[in-house]
Amino acid sequence: MRYGYYPGCSLGSTARPYGISTKAIVGPLGIELEEVDDWNCCGATEYIALNKTAAYALIGRNLALAASQDNLEQLITPCNACYLNLKKTDYYMGKYPKLAELTNEALAAGGLSYKAGSLTIRHLIDIVVNDVGYDAIAEKVVRPLKGLRLAPYYGCLIARPEMGEERLDDFEHPTYMDKLLATLGADVVDFPLKTQCCGGHMTQINSEAGYILIRNLLHNANENNADAIVTLCPMCQLNLDAYQSHVNRHFKTNYNIPVLYFTQMIGLAFGIEPKELGIGQEFVSAAGMVKKIGTEPEVPEPAKPRRKKDDKSLPMPGKRVEG
Amino acid sequence: MTEKVGVYICHCGSNIAGIIDVEGLAEWAGENLEGVTVSRDYRFMCSSLGQELIEEDIKNEGLTRVVVGACSPHLHEKTFRRVCANAGLNPYLFQMASLREQISWVTTDKDKADEKARALIAGAVRRVQLQEELEPSEVPVNPNTLVVGGGIAGIQASLELADAGHHVYLVEREPSIGGHMAQFDKTFPTLDCAACILTPKMSDVGTHDNITLLSYSEVEEVSGFVGNFDVRIRKKASYIKEEDCTGCGICIEKCPKTVVDDVFEAGLGYRKAVYRPFPQAVPKFPVIDYETCIYFEKGTCKACEKFCPTGAIDFEQQDSYLDLNVGNIILTTGCDVFNADQIPQYGYGRLANVFTSLEFERMCNAAGPTEGKIVLRDGVTEPQSVAIIHCVGSRDKNYNAYCSNVCCMAALKFGHLVMEKTDAKVTSFYIDMRTPHKGYEEFYERLQEEGMKFVRGRAAEVTNAARTPNEDGKLIVQAEDTLLGKQRRIPVDMVILMGALEPQVDARDVALQFGISCSMNGWFTERHPKLDPVATMTDGVFIAGTCQGPKDIPDTVSQGAAAAARVLGMITRGTVLIEPIVATINEDKCSGCRICNNLCPYSAIEFLEDKDVSYINAALCKGCGTCVAACPSQAISGAHFSNEQIFSEIGGLLYDVVGGNGAKAPAPESELVLA
Repeated sequence: MRYGYYPGCSLGSTARPYGISTKAIVGPLGIELEEVDDWNCCGATEYIALNKTAAYALIGRNLALAASQDNLEQLITPCNACYLNLKKTDYYMGKYPKLAELTNEALAAGGLSYKAGSLTIRHLIDIVVNDVGYDAIAEKVVRPLKGLRLAPYYGCLIARPEMGEERLDDFEHPTYMDKLLATLGADVVDFPLKTQCCGGHMTQINSEAGYILIRNLLHNANENNADAIVTLCPMCQLNLDAYQSHVNRHFKTNYNIPVLYFTQMIGLAFGIEPKELGIGQEFVSAAGMVKKIGTEPEVPEPAKPRRKKDDKSLPMPGKRVEG
Repeated sequence: MTEKVGVYICHCGSNIAGIIDVEGLAEWAGENLEGVTVSRDYRFMCSSLGQELIEEDIKNEGLTRVVVGACSPHLHEKTFRRVCANAGLNPYLFQMASLREQISWVTTDKDKADEKARALIAGAVRRVQLQEELEPSEVPVNPNTLVVGGGIAGIQASLELADAGHHVYLVEREPSIGGHMAQFDKTFPTLDCAACILTPKMSDVGTHDNITLLSYSEVEEVSGFVGNFDVRIRKKASYIKEEDCTGCGICIEKCPKTVVDDVFEAGLGYRKAVYRPFPQAVPKFPVIDYETCIYFEKGTCKACEKFCPTGAIDFEQQDSYLDLNVGNIILTTGCDVFNADQIPQYGYGRLANVFTSLEFERMCNAAGPTEGKIVLRDGVTEPQSVAIIHCVGSRDKNYNAYCSNVCCMAALKFGHLVMEKTDAKVTSFYIDMRTPHKGYEEFYERLQEEGMKFVRGRAAEVTNAARTPNEDGKLIVQAEDTLLGKQRRIPVDMVILMGALEPQVDARDVALQFGISCSMNGWFTERHPKLDPVATMTDGVFIAGTCQGPKDIPDTVSQGAAAAARVLGMITRGTVLIEPIVATINEDKCSGCRICNNLCPYSAIEFLEDKDVSYINAALCKGCGTCVAACPSQAISGAHFSNEQIFSEIGGLLYDVVGGNGAKAPAPESELVLA
């Protein structure tokens, strides 16, 4: 399976472990990535709000480069913000001919052009769970993540908005990463804040507001006794990891939850050494979590619970106990 | 041609005359169209005076054909056919041109309107001259009626018919009649007990001499036509011999197997493998559930058989079949409730104390799983605060765009019950409060006075992710309060989701079985949304209650009675006229290819094995013409829609572009394009 690869700026800087772990797992998963030559920043979450034409041209340049490269049809990115920007530009250029014209006028200055729909824009996790598939992943698991309680955190940018096609999953309550982590053998937290915003760059603009959003996420993961939060977005990881100590200082809390990428968890389950997955580069150390893998004895399946005579509780939908 | 055609153009007040030059049109038709001997315009053709005008002309001028240019044939074709018949002219020698619905109501361009009006009139004038005299046939109506679905609509319809002295077969697929109403505790806005008003009617049904109650049964096959339907009913094996069973209930008591009751208790309570849904069930006989019975699973147990004092248990029982002939059918198959786990952000199925409206009905019911106590999922703790979320799956383009009609009132009723039985505070999250019936708005005001809180805004989510200590251990409902313009987070102990009413999952299959149609959403389609709400496009098949659309108990009962009245009308008349506009197969031309057999939407075509040709049952045929168009041998012709008639009509429509097409003089300059 060959895909165009747009890593985005974070993967070379704040999210270096994401890039390292992605490279480490694509081989075993049978994914072939071909990096877009001479790609540039997508403008992240802010630029589109400041100057639309320039922002679309900035993103359009990456689409044009990818589309002109060796008959690439699918462009993947591991970053939620890049994913949204690339997808949005492709979709709006197709929907609004005026925007396509303006963007292409700007691209023409560099001898480039892009026709909407030439590329299918996908997130890395989409190809992992849908093209590779859970069964193929399960076959490669050599070190199941038994004993780990993981909170899957999707972030807000990958879930919405809807762009003219079938959505990856439910906006409000996606479950594909839940299933992936369960496939790797982990105990998955039903994380109620899985699609809430981490604040993006709010820590720089209004740190109080940013810290509140981060605190909400850490608090709930902690309440759920999560050993780690698993993300698929460099921005989310940065906020929850790098700002965890700020949040602790600010709110006089004591959270200590490592925040890792789903690619690192796949790598761990595939038996790849933590160091080769960039583990150790995080602010909140994941060493304790890594040590925990497989330590707890496998809990035998509990016997089919039976209702006691004096049990007054009402049946829970979907989880039936017969008496 | 030797026909004398009369053309009548209706003004319809200003409905038609406001756009079309009606005088000019009548004059033009009289001067230019071949065969037209009388051409008039009149203010209201449908008035008595307008009708008399046509009758006089038929008698005095010797008209042999009549064309009226007015509204849609849906409205007044019958009127003008009757006028012709009154004057001694066969009613099928009349043709109607829809000047209002197809022209004046849909354009503001007067010139184009005049052009199209001339084309429609020319088409009708040409066609009518080739129309033939047709005679409707008359068939007797069997006075027995089949009612499908034993909810309150079916109960009402059955009792109306039975009390009038006619026999009814009432089919219900569950072990008891009663439907959703039997699950409820109180009914809005009067708060009378649902069981107290329903069970007398149920027991009337059970004991009525004129009602054959077929519970735990389903309709397998339907064939025939109005007045004369053949129906096959499958009575599911209940493994209980009804003739021996006294309904004592010892079998239920002794049965060792308990399972969650997903139907009557809405998943909130338990029942045994041998069960009767509720104490007042009609009929009183329990049934053994094949799926969960230990004997059928493991081959041993038979506790019920051991203890039955009358030996009424029969594990060898098989499904039995009953063939009936009935004259009319009333479908009262009811509705389902939206499956709330489709909206994961409301947490149903994940968060224990999120309940559906139907679960809550059962909880409130004194005969329900909690004996009427309002408690959390643990079965003991009384809630201190309750949130009620409206429009769950209704008024939401992701699920159902429509309003479910009953939920606002049911939510108010729940609010009242919670405050009556507990000390809890109740907050309703609504989009718009809809209380448009007798006594309903007053009930809303009563709840405001009783202290129920109202937040105007669709709830965004129900979460257990607390942010502040006062939210710890609570369910938090987040919503934008659109009256305050603020986001609100309200911590509560219990959430009730007011699920949408939806068509039964198998509504489309049932519609197909009875030859009626469904709306896009799956509700059964009535013949006319305003003027014929309980009939369907299939004669002899009527609909009532929530199978037709979401409605409350009073509306459901009204429709049940209305459908019964329609059936009584048919029975009283004793015979029914069958439209002669049907297709017929020329047996000499038919190759027996059977292409038409499956195309017929009314299942009117059967294959005669002995002659190796297809045959159309005139009583079932609606004259839609599908088979006529599909027949590769052109062996099928549709009465009133022969090829000659259609071609002639098209020729008339194109009078100004095709020479010698019935117009005496060259047409005025025209840009008419028939697209």
